[in-house]
Amino acid sequence: MYKIRKVLLFFLLSIISVAAFAQSTNAQTEEPIGFMRSEGKIYVVMAVVVTIVAGIFIYLVNLDRKISKLENK
Amino acid sequence: MIRKNWWKILSFLLMMHTCIMGFLVKIPVLDDRMQQSVRNLFFHVPMWFSMQTLFTVSVFYAIKYLRSQNPVHDYYSLEYARTGLVFGILGLITGAIWANYQWGKPWSGDPKQNGAAIALLIYMAYFVLRGSMNDLDKRARISAVYNIFAFAMLFPTIWILPRLTESLHPGGQGTEGNPGLNPNDTSPEMEMVFLPAIIGWILLSVWITTLRIRLRLITEKKLVHV
Repeated sequence: MYKIRKVLLFFLLSIISVAAFAQSTNAQTEEPIGFMRSEGKIYVVMAVVVTIVAGIFIYLVNLDRKISKLENK
Repeated sequence: MIRKNWWKILSFLLMMHTCIMGFLVKIPVLDDRMQQSVRNLFFHVPMWFSMQTLFTVSVFYAIKYLRSQNPVHDYYSLEYARTGLVFGILGLITGAIWANYQWGKPWSGDPKQNGAAIALLIYMAYFVLRGSMNDLDKRARISAVYNIFAFAMLFPTIWILPRLTESLHPGGQGTEGNPGLNPNDTSPEMEMVFLPAIIGWILLSVWITTLRIRLRLITEKKLVHV
């Protein structure tokens, strides 16, 4: 019984979020582009790639340390 | 050596350089055929350099095993072949992605595409062969011999035949020289990012392999610190 109420409350609240438009889209207002949005946002791709590769290296460092611990037991 | 840290730190620095400068470096503005995707030079091509390096180390240890009968050499050979295959498959997939937008379809039956696929199939058979045997010595010995054959097959399939016929890849018949770096499509600044990229990717692939080797040695327990 309470589960159905929770689900309904969830949907009701999520529909309310439709009204939450804090920023209106106006094609005529000029905003400064900035670095990250320039060049067709390729630097966003660069940031993603750097994050992924850095994440892989963090994983490898942890794995390396774990194996070193096992070897030196 | 495989437990030293300096070359792992170097790998990280080179990879960061590659991932950043790979997007920032100036590319030549030519006809609009390749455009920004020439930056794949720093990501797709090093996959093959890494694969070649790993397979070379693998066959080196295969021969070492045949001479020494030391099972540790067999493990080295196996893990280098395994990571080599992974990077080769990544090279094929990333190449297919690039080809889809550059040449119109992901697989064009281009000689180098076909050659690389054949070379990788031959290495996949290495693992099938290993799986078919339970006797440790026999498995190591026979797969070491097969490893040598598989390595030898890299040369006609990837290095030689694609250069002898017309090819979509740079370096085919009728185009000049270098199959990795077409001088008409690249700028000198790009070559300065390309070489660190190759080294960075190779070191990364070696690091992954050495971790697998150390893990295998631990699980074999009695072979630790060899």
